Amino acid sequence: MSQSAASAAPGPVRAKRQFSWRQALEALQVPVLAFVTALAVGGLIIALTDLGVLNELQATFGRMAPGGWARLIIALVSALAAGGLYTFAPRLWARFRPEAAPSPRVLSLTRLGIALVGLLIVYFLVRAAGFAAVIDGAWGAVRTAYGAMIEGSLGSLSAIASALQSGDRAAIRQAFYPVLESLVSATPYIFAGLAVAVGFKCGLFNIGVEGQLFIGAIFSVWVGYTLKGLPTIIHVPLALAAGALGGALWALPAAILKAKVGAHEVINTIMLNYVAFRLSDWLLNGPMMRPGTANPVSPNIELSAHLYRFFSDPIRFHLGFFIALGVAVFVWWFLFRTTLGFELRTVGTNPNAARYAGMSITRNYLIAFGLSGALAGLAGANEVLGVNHNLASAFSSGYGFDSIALALLGKSHPLGVVLAALLFGTLRSGGTRMQNVAQIPVDIIGIIQALVIAFIAAPAIIRGIYRIRARGAAEAVFTRGWGKS
Amino acid sequence: MTPILELRGITKRFPGVLANDRVSLSLEPGEIHALLGENGAGKSTLMNILYGLYQPDEGEVLVRGQPIHVSSPNDAIVAGIGMVHQHFMLVPVLTVTENVMLGEEVLQAGVFLDRKAAAARIRQISEQYGLAVDPEAYIKDLAVGIQQRVEIIKLLFRNADILILDEPTAVLTPQEVTELFKIVRSLVDKGKSIIFITHKLKEVMAIADRITVLRLGAVVGGTRPAETTENKLAAMMVGREVALEVQKAVAKPGDVVLRIENLEVLDERSSLAVDNVSLEVRAGEVLGVAGVQGNGQTELVEAVTGLRPVLAGHIHVGQFETTRASPREVTELGVAHVPEDRQRDGLVLPYPIRDNMVLSTYYLAPFARGVVLQDEAIDAAAAQRVQQFDVRTPSIETPAGSLSGGNQQKVIVAREFSRPSKLLVASQPTRGLDVGSIEYIHARIVEKRNNGLAVLLVSSELDEILALSDRIAVMYRGGIVAIVDAEIATKEYLGLLMAGVDPATVPLPEKRVRKAEAVF
Repeated sequence: MSQSAASAAPGPVRAKRQFSWRQALEALQVPVLAFVTALAVGGLIIALTDLGVLNELQATFGRMAPGGWARLIIALVSALAAGGLYTFAPRLWARFRPEAAPSPRVLSLTRLGIALVGLLIVYFLVRAAGFAAVIDGAWGAVRTAYGAMIEGSLGSLSAIASALQSGDRAAIRQAFYPVLESLVSATPYIFAGLAVAVGFKCGLFNIGVEGQLFIGAIFSVWVGYTLKGLPTIIHVPLALAAGALGGALWALPAAILKAKVGAHEVINTIMLNYVAFRLSDWLLNGPMMRPGTANPVSPNIELSAHLYRFFSDPIRFHLGFFIALGVAVFVWWFLFRTTLGFELRTVGTNPNAARYAGMSITRNYLIAFGLSGALAGLAGANEVLGVNHNLASAFSSGYGFDSIALALLGKSHPLGVVLAALLFGTLRSGGTRMQNVAQIPVDIIGIIQALVIAFIAAPAIIRGIYRIRARGAAEAVFTRGWGKS
Repeated sequence: MTPILELRGITKRFPGVLANDRVSLSLEPGEIHALLGENGAGKSTLMNILYGLYQPDEGEVLVRGQPIHVSSPNDAIVAGIGMVHQHFMLVPVLTVTENVMLGEEVLQAGVFLDRKAAAARIRQISEQYGLAVDPEAYIKDLAVGIQQRVEIIKLLFRNADILILDEPTAVLTPQEVTELFKIVRSLVDKGKSIIFITHKLKEVMAIADRITVLRLGAVVGGTRPAETTENKLAAMMVGREVALEVQKAVAKPGDVVLRIENLEVLDERSSLAVDNVSLEVRAGEVLGVAGVQGNGQTELVEAVTGLRPVLAGHIHVGQFETTRASPREVTELGVAHVPEDRQRDGLVLPYPIRDNMVLSTYYLAPFARGVVLQDEAIDAAAAQRVQQFDVRTPSIETPAGSLSGGNQQKVIVAREFSRPSKLLVASQPTRGLDVGSIEYIHARIVEKRNNGLAVLLVSSELDEILALSDRIAVMYRGGIVAIVDAEIATKEYLGLLMAGVDPATVPLPEKRVRKAEAVF
C-alpha cells in the first residue's frame, strides 16, 4: 500500500475500555423507562380497581351538568390535539419550517413541553368537569399502595432518621429491617438471574432454572443435615458446593441432548422441571421426610451449615448476599476476561464463526449449561442454608421463572442482573407490605414484572412511546437458538 | 424527446452519511442506462428511492415528464417502474405462474385464482420477449438464470416499462450472462427502458447505451461505451488510477502442501456434493477452482478446513493426514482460511475489530496466559494489523458489523495472513467488494504465493480465477472436470466446462500469450 493511503486512514485508536457514563446511561434508558411505564400502568390498575374510586366515578357521572360534559369534551379534544402534536411534531416542523431542521435535542424538549402542557390542560379541565374527587381518590389509592410498597421494601426515611438519632440499637435494626429484608429477597434472584444470563450468553435458553434450583436445594439440605460435627468453615462451603453440583447435574442432560442429537433445550429443561418438582415431592414425603412429622418438610440442617447472619432475629440478612455479589463478579470475569468466556460468548453470538475459528460448540454448550445449572443450584442452596434452614416442598416462589425476566431486564450482563435482582427483590418484599397495609393484592407486583418483561422484550414499544432512537448494533443478542436453531 | 424517467437533484441523508448528493439521472425510452459505482457509492439507495422504499430528502422523480410521488413499491409499480433485486423474491415451493401472480392475482368469479389465464399471459409474454420459461415449473427446480427470467416476467406481467436490474449478473455463468444480455436487448427492442446497475466494467462496456458513474453518493460523470475505456471507468469509480492487472512472476512450485485423494463429501441434504475429487496444490502456486456456485466448491473447502465430515477419501496437509481433523487441528497445521461467507463464518459482527482479529488465536500466547485473556497484547496486535492491512476504521473497538464489506474482508485477511501458515484456502475472497479492495486483496494473495504459500482459490468469478491462478480446476456437479494450465485457459473454454460440456469434445484453446488480465 502506498504511504499516502496508509496515512489517510484515521489512525487506529489504542483501546481504552474505561467506564463511560454515557454508555451506561444509554444502556439503562430502556430498562428504566420500561420500569417507570410499568409502574404507571400498575398505578392505573390500582386506581381503577379501587372500590372508593369506582363509586365516586359513578356518583360523579350521576350528577354531571351540561357544563361538565362540555369541559370533558374539550379535555378529550385537547388530549387528542396534544397527542397529535407530540406524534407528528417532526413532520409538522418539516412542513412549515423546512429550512430550519431542529436538532434531536430541541425536538425532544419541544415534545416534552407539548406532553407536559397537554397533560396539565387535560388534568385541570377534567378536574373542573367535576372529577376532582375521583382524581384525588385515585391519586390517594395509588399513593397509599406504592407508599406501602416503598416503606415495606426500603423503610421510611423518617423512621431511619429518628432511630439513628435515638441511638437505640434495637430501633436502628427495626428501621433498617425492610432494606435488609429486600436484600434477602434479592439474593436468590442474583444467583438465578446469573444462571439464565450465562445460558443466554451462549445462545441457550435455560428455562429449567427452577428445577435446577430445587435439585440444588435438595443436595444442599441433605449435606446440611446428614453431616454432623463439621466445623462451619468446612460445612458451609461443602453444602454450597453440593447445591452447585446438584444444579449442574440437573442442567447437563439438556445440554448433552442439545449438543448430541439437537433436541431443543427449552423443551428438555421444561420437562426436567417437572421431574425435579415430583422428585422433591417424593423425597420430602419419603426418604427425606423429617422424622416424627406428617408434613413434607426435611429435617433442619445442622447449625454448622447455617450461613452466617449478621443481626439477631428477626433480621435474616445473611452472608449469602455477599457470596452472590462475589459470584456475580466471578461470572463477569469468566465471561469477559477468560478464553473460556470468549469462546462461550462467540458460540452464543455466531456459532458458525465459532466453529470456523476452531471452537467446539458441544464443549461450550456443556460449559454454559454446567455453569448455569451450578448457579441455579446455588440459588437453591442459598435459600436453604441462609433463610429456611430446611427444605419444604413450596420453598421457591418461582425464583427460577422470574429470573428469566430478570436476565432479560439486565441484558444478560452480570452487573445488569445484579441491579435487576435488587429491583425484583425490592418489589417482592414491598409487595407483601402493600398487601397488608393497602389491601392491594400482591399480584399487582406480578403484573408490573410482566409489563417490564413485555417492554424489555419489545423495546420498540418503549422507543415508540418516548420517541427514542435505537442504537443500531447495541442490541444484545438474547434469543439466538430460540425457535429454529 | 422527453425522458421516460428523470431524477432531479435527489439527496438522501442517513445519520452521519450523505448517501445521495444531488443526483440527477435521465432515462430515454428504449435505452439501456448503466449505473456504475462501487459498493456504497449510493446506487442501491438511489434505486430504493425510485422504488419507494426510501423517501428522498430533496429532489424529485419524473415519469414521462410528470412529477410523481413514490411512497411505496406499489406506487412505483403503478407508475410502470419494476425492479429485479439482487436476491430474488421468489417462493421456491410455488410454480412460476403462482409466483408471478403473487400480489397481482388473476381471479375467476372474484374469489378463485385463475391459474390458466395467468399461465396463458405468461406464455404470451415469454414468446414476445424471448424469455423461455415453463409456467407450470416449480421455482425450486429452475436454474438461477431461469429464476431471473421469472423475476423479469413478473415485472412485464405488471406492465412495467422501466425495468431496474440490480447487479443481475452476480449469480450467473458466462453463458447465462450472454443469454441475459440477449433478453435485455430484446426488451429494449420492444420499447422497454432499462437501468442496469453493476460494478463490473466489462458488462457496462458490452451492454450499455449510456453510462452514469456514481462515487460517494454523487454523479461523477456520464459517458458512452464508445467514448471510454475500462481503465477510465475504473478511475472514475474509484477516484484514482487503478491497476486492473495483477502483476505476478512465473510460479516456482515447490513441494506438495495439500493433497486430496478420491474425496467424497455429503451436503446438508445427504446427497453427494463432492464426488471423487483428487488434486494437489504445491507451495508457491495458486490452484484456482472454477465453477458455477453450488457445484461442490463450498463442501470441498469445508472438508479441507475440517468443517465438514469426509465420507471417503483422504486429505493431507504437508505430511499430516487431516481427513478427520477438527477445524482447530487444521488451523494449527498452518492453514489460513478466508471463508466464502464473511458475515456468516468469518466474523462475529457485534464483536469489536480487536476480538475479531484474534478469533482463531485468542487462546495462544501472547493473547492469553492460562485462561486469562491479555488485553494489552490483543489491543497491540489488533492496532498493528489494522495499520498494516489498511483497515479503514475509527478504532479497534468499532464493531465489525459497522464496517464496509471491503474493510470486513480486510479484517479477515489481516487475521488469517498474520499467523504462520503454509496453505491458504480462499473462498470467494473478493465477492461483493469494491474495485480498490479487490485490487488490494489480489495483491496480498499473490504476495503470499510468491512467499511460498500454497493457495487454493475458489471463485465463481472467472476473471478472478484467470488473473490469479497458475493452474485451474473446473468443478461441475461435485467432480473435477479438468485441470488446465492457466497459460492456455480462456474464458470461453472454462465457461463451456463449467456448464458441463464434456472436455473431450471441446478443443483446447491455443496457447495464449500471457497478457495481463483484467479482474472485473
